[in-house]
Amino acid sequence: MPQIAFPQPDPTILERRDEIVAGLAAILPTESLIADLAGRRAFETDALTAYRRLPLAVALPRSADEVARVMRFCRDAGVNVTPRGAGTSLSGGAIPQEDAIVLGLSKLNRILEINLADRYARVEAGVTNLAISEAVAADGFFYAPDPSSQLACTIGGNVGMNSGGAHCLKYGVTVNNLIGVRLVTLDGDILDLGGPELDMPGLDWLGLVCGSEGQLGIVVEATVKLIRAAEGARPVLFGFDSCAEASRCVAAIIGAGIVPVAMEYMDRPAIAICENFAKAGYPLDVEAMLIVEVEGSEAEMAAELGRIAAIARAHGVRVMRESMSAMESAQIWKGRKSAFGATGRVADYICMDGTVPTSRLPEALQRVGEICAAYGLRVANVFHAGDGNMHPLILYDVNDPAQQQKAEDAGREVLKMSVALGGSLTGEHGVGIEKRDLMSCQFGAADLAQQKRVRAAFDPQARLNPAKVFPLDGRAA
Amino acid sequence: MIVDDVAALAPGDEAEACAMVAEARDRGERLDIVGGGSRAGFGRPPEGARRLSSARLDGIVFHEPTEMVLRARAGAPLSAIAAALDAHDQMLPFEPIDHRTLYGGGGEPTIGGLVAANASGPRRVSAGAARDSVIGLRLVNGRGEAVMTGGRVMKNVAGLDLVKLNCGALGTLGFITEATFKLLPRPESEATIAIRRLDDAQAIAAMTAALGSPFGVSGAAMLSPGMGREFSRTFLRVEGFAASVDHRADKLIGLLVEFGAERVLKGDESRRLWRAVRDVEFLAEPRERAVWRVGLRASRALDFLARLGPRTLAHFFDWGGALVWLATEPTPADAAALRAALAPLGGHATLVRAPDALRAAIDVFQPQPPALVALTRRVKAAFDPDDVFNHGRMYAGI
Repeated sequence: MPQIAFPQPDPTILERRDEIVAGLAAILPTESLIADLAGRRAFETDALTAYRRLPLAVALPRSADEVARVMRFCRDAGVNVTPRGAGTSLSGGAIPQEDAIVLGLSKLNRILEINLADRYARVEAGVTNLAISEAVAADGFFYAPDPSSQLACTIGGNVGMNSGGAHCLKYGVTVNNLIGVRLVTLDGDILDLGGPELDMPGLDWLGLVCGSEGQLGIVVEATVKLIRAAEGARPVLFGFDSCAEASRCVAAIIGAGIVPVAMEYMDRPAIAICENFAKAGYPLDVEAMLIVEVEGSEAEMAAELGRIAAIARAHGVRVMRESMSAMESAQIWKGRKSAFGATGRVADYICMDGTVPTSRLPEALQRVGEICAAYGLRVANVFHAGDGNMHPLILYDVNDPAQQQKAEDAGREVLKMSVALGGSLTGEHGVGIEKRDLMSCQFGAADLAQQKRVRAAFDPQARLNPAKVFPLDGRAA
Repeated sequence: MIVDDVAALAPGDEAEACAMVAEARDRGERLDIVGGGSRAGFGRPPEGARRLSSARLDGIVFHEPTEMVLRARAGAPLSAIAAALDAHDQMLPFEPIDHRTLYGGGGEPTIGGLVAANASGPRRVSAGAARDSVIGLRLVNGRGEAVMTGGRVMKNVAGLDLVKLNCGALGTLGFITEATFKLLPRPESEATIAIRRLDDAQAIAAMTAALGSPFGVSGAAMLSPGMGREFSRTFLRVEGFAASVDHRADKLIGLLVEFGAERVLKGDESRRLWRAVRDVEFLAEPRERAVWRVGLRASRALDFLARLGPRTLAHFFDWGGALVWLATEPTPADAAALRAALAPLGGHATLVRAPDALRAAIDVFQPQPPALVALTRRVKAAFDPDDVFNHGRMYAGI
């Protein structure tokens, strides 16, 4: 039996469904409202597919003004709202409830402004992450955060979850690259927070909204920093005979004052799965591999690589392979970025997202292995090593309820271990429903109460993305 | 550090701070939070009955060089932190402004004060603001409760991020007791390309080209004629490993050849220059002038200065022109004219230095629309329902 609880839907809302749909139909054109069963089914889950709930209806507004009208209607009608970007959340952040509507961003999909002189782009929230970089690639610019789902995931969802990605080691996560949002509150206020100008004084609304998992308002527009790409970039593969040595090498590189653009870790099971899928030329006979990306001119890359290679040798590296072409680099990254999808072809899995201090990585990796072994489950590790953001993929069979329970139990132990080592439950995927009931491991009662009071300053009834992030009343970890 | 007035509350630890705040709340007493006092002139003048000092919350909690993470107590002097990081060839990334140059006063910048002021400097363009480097805080809210937010890892999205909310909140939400930072390696080398005699338009064009180049520019400023030399000087900085710095400096000179880039400042000469830019040394005198910090699109900086006209007594650019530092007469009329000039262009203006009377009379920070004023009040109440902390320090009446 799946273990994550959902609150009982409010029967009075379910009874009023026809009236609520009619109310939305008065605001939205036909093509922006989905009320039929088959249509709603497409919105009942996200990338945490073990859980699903059929929403009352799905609203797909085309403008901030329509979003504002839908929000005011829901506030007045007492209807909960589940915001949704592309539905790629791995933590169940976009899974609705039976007594909620889904408010989707898919029709807010225009790039509004690209300004290379001031180095920003202003886009509607339903624009995909990759579309921003693609729009400015010919001019040599890019948008830095690059979650593995960047082909599909939206910038609105990225803001909601404060998404990261492989290249965040040097360039930061969403919150460090976001300079403005247009937010629609439950009261229907359209707020412009930040903007193309840096560091608006006053309370840091941007920092608060980023990562708030859709509980403060609907992000309808984002202004993001554009960065000029370096002269060149090159990934290099380092293969080790020991997982512990590979992870110690990560800490040693950072300790030597080197911050590569990316530093990714894969263990033997992950290497095999990804190589089989992407044919990236990964070494199959090593226990662990690091993908380290350096950038700059040829001479700069060679010099930085020389420093990194010397450290890797001191940690017993056995295989070193530098990408020799743009095509080879693309294959190396394709293998890494398709890790989740490729694993999905082999087995069902749940993907953990705990973060540990990088000095604790060797210990954390060993504990992950021990925890999964104790449950009789296989695990593949593929993650952002440079910032200690682990992604153990715990493999199981979704059709076997006993296995699902074991996988979830193992996952919880892994996350508790991350917190115990001084880390966090989640580095970039968000809390959603998945980690909601573990929040009291990481935060004390006063800490969580403070967060909830801030949320209530925006949404006193907790109608936006309800039953997410914070433990349900009366449920402990 | 010695607390110089006996009326100040100076807790020695978090528990004592909680008790003092709870008592003040019970008595209905308002507290003004003070660190080392070096930024006392920033924001609206204090209105509280009593001071709450971080002076006894001193020291580094931990510094993990291989993780590039440091945690320190709020009252720790920045100079001590910088020295400890320097010993491991690391630094705080955001080059925080030292306000003492501008205010001409004493005091000692502290960790808590730089977080409360979100104090950033020229490296903002490449390394982010202070709020981008603060990854964890402990604070006492206005209910006298200790609250932890964030942590010690660089990637952490568990729960609402109250870290950034408290960066730049000037102590209006809570009394910060401890802060955790992510660090950067201190660059092995730096070089600054200097270009002489550009006018404002040429300088912004040169800085825009440099910041949009692949060469990792970490500082872009233009000093007007009279600021150290009789001619204008435009500066572009690159930092990193020595060979890389030389390479990128050469490339930049090539890129900017039409502007006449030639001279390169290295080492101490470069460091001294950027410290002066960081601390707004060029506007420190005359002391009676008001000093403004204006954030806007670099592409609109010239338009802004043209609209403001002769009320600008002196100005220089940082962040490639996206930050304009300028001096005016310290009058409400000048303030109104400045905000009116900015309004159609978008952006924000902060009155960083002015006599108390002027800072009490006008908005020091960019005024907010009514919906955000209401939200500011609600978030303030979520932390500090009885308005114990720093009443009126940011906005009148809040």
